[in-house]
Amino acid sequence: MTDLPRNQHIIASGLIAAVGITVAYVSFTQEPADAFIFPRLIASVFAVLAIWTFGKAVLGRTKVGNGLSAGAMRNLAPGLIVMLIYVYWAAKGLGFYTATTIAFFVLLSLYDPAPHTQLKTWLKRIVITAAFMLVIYGLFAQLLNVFTPKEILF
Amino acid sequence: MEFLFYMGDVFTPVNFGLLLLGTIGGLILGATPGLSPTMAVALLIPFTFKLEPQQGLILLGAAYTSTVAGGAVSAILLKIPGAPANIATTLDGHAMAQKGEGARALQLSFIASAVGGVFGVLLLIFLTPILAQWALAFGPSHLFWLAILGVTVIGTLDSSSVVKGLLSGCIGLWLATIGFDDIMGAQRFIFHPSVAGGINVIPALIGLFAIPQVITMFTKGRSSDDAEIISVKRHPIRKAMAEVFSRKRALSIGTAVGSIIGLIPGVGGQIAGLVAYDQSQKFSPEKDKFGTGHSEGVIAAESANNAMVGPSLVPLLTLSIPGSPTAAVLLGGLLIHGIFPGPDLFMNYPQVAWTFIDSMLIGQILMCVFGLYIAGLAANVARIPHGVMAALVLGLAVFGSYSVQNSMGDVYVMATLGLAMYFLERFGFSAAPLVLGLILGPIAEANFIQGSMIANATVGMGSYFFTGWLNWLLIVIVIASVSYSVWMEIAQRRYTTKDDAVAKEEALS
Repeated sequence: MTDLPRNQHIIASGLIAAVGITVAYVSFTQEPADAFIFPRLIASVFAVLAIWTFGKAVLGRTKVGNGLSAGAMRNLAPGLIVMLIYVYWAAKGLGFYTATTIAFFVLLSLYDPAPHTQLKTWLKRIVITAAFMLVIYGLFAQLLNVFTPKEILF
Repeated sequence: MEFLFYMGDVFTPVNFGLLLLGTIGGLILGATPGLSPTMAVALLIPFTFKLEPQQGLILLGAAYTSTVAGGAVSAILLKIPGAPANIATTLDGHAMAQKGEGARALQLSFIASAVGGVFGVLLLIFLTPILAQWALAFGPSHLFWLAILGVTVIGTLDSSSVVKGLLSGCIGLWLATIGFDDIMGAQRFIFHPSVAGGINVIPALIGLFAIPQVITMFTKGRSSDDAEIISVKRHPIRKAMAEVFSRKRALSIGTAVGSIIGLIPGVGGQIAGLVAYDQSQKFSPEKDKFGTGHSEGVIAAESANNAMVGPSLVPLLTLSIPGSPTAAVLLGGLLIHGIFPGPDLFMNYPQVAWTFIDSMLIGQILMCVFGLYIAGLAANVARIPHGVMAALVLGLAVFGSYSVQNSMGDVYVMATLGLAMYFLERFGFSAAPLVLGLILGPIAEANFIQGSMIANATVGMGSYFFTGWLNWLLIVIVIASVSYSVWMEIAQRRYTTKDDAVAKEEALS
């Protein structure tokens, strides 16, 4: 195991151990106690297993999980940023259909292997985005009668 | 023979139309690498809200069946398994396609899938009522242990690390306790308003299965599967039909292995296909031909991965314990219609249960018929670039989660769980035990509390939960599954260490 995955394993299992300990602490301190009997049972096992996993990571004995490579992170970063903005802000802030159209088109432009220098490929992306939005609108707004947040746009 | 009484319901225009839609859509989705059957079914759930319960289940069941079979198309024509269940099909299926026998391989794969699938559904039909009768004797302590068994078995058998598998199950069980306690009405772990009412299962399922796939597709960057689609020449279907039934050994091994593995919680189609392939090779007089485009390899693998579909639903329909992630998603599809499966499902909702099961039987035949005709189209869909597919799935996941309760909170829950699951998967954790924990948590807790009340009023906790042959049987299975997995993990580590030592020695010499 190289140092990068080892450090990543320590951070990841450390975070999980922190969650496990917090859950156990909350379970054993909150009232009414009767409402927390089952969570206490679960939290005890959760915390023990999480600390065990953290200990193994610290000792460098983690056998499974490849962590994240720098190349994967580079590829992932733009899509992840678009996704986070879309889900946690734009969908509500701009309106579902507007945000989805923009996010879909941006993701398509970022990850479509077709060249960025040809007009034809840009037209193709616009057509795919429009077709996808029409399908989504037909399925959710017309078929399922889902009323999505419209906010400042559509 | 009650299932025959409801067979006619499958052929009403709406039901049959949905069966066709689910089958054709499932075949195309199944052929798309990265879209697993579980994820396809999870994304379809929001579309069943407006449907009658049996109609929704027909759609989901048809999609489940045909996505498993559809994965064979890209496995054979592109050498990219559409789903993990089709890995074994790639070994001989693609070799056949390279030799110009793509049509024959596809025909063999769909016919073998249909034979295995029909056998599996017949097993479901005849086993379910017997087990349902038996399950009526289950009390709260047995249901508690059964729920723990479901999480433990999947946690240990479905994960590459026993500790991480069990930890994933614990995280799922903890997530299930978030929200208001049913008995005292107390708030538990409500750290954000989005989870005040607890974690809704459908957005959670969509997030846990779809979002890690979306992010994985992002990590591939601007690449696409450049694999060339091998052209398919015509091949008489009569010959393929005769060949499947003449390869009785491979067909029966595949069907039997798939059916048995389907009944074991946590052991999915991937294992079924690979074990059937391996066993078929061992018992074949033409062992050497395996891997070079031998029809027995395709028949064994495909009959196995579809034979496991029916039996994998037996624990769900009889004990309300989903035996696989896809069964857990189907449970979500039942719950949104207010139907809770279990021993009394066939008494309270016979039409829903039997129409669903009958539709799976008819669906196997439709899958075989349509699979042969749309294989070319499905293979083309499989070549859609990863980024485009990721954007499509993300859009569907956001709209699908929102439509469950018209709530942005569900979208946040979906995205947060999905993001967390992606990173957990990178560090060796698995989604299946987490989902089972989330689904089985309320069952485990309700029966634990109910059992505690009975125990305190009668024989005491120890006697109530730890005595009686059924409690013992379930506890022994829990311990056995954990012990077996720990032993396997240690043995594997020894082998790895030994291989490493040999490799080092060779390098030094």
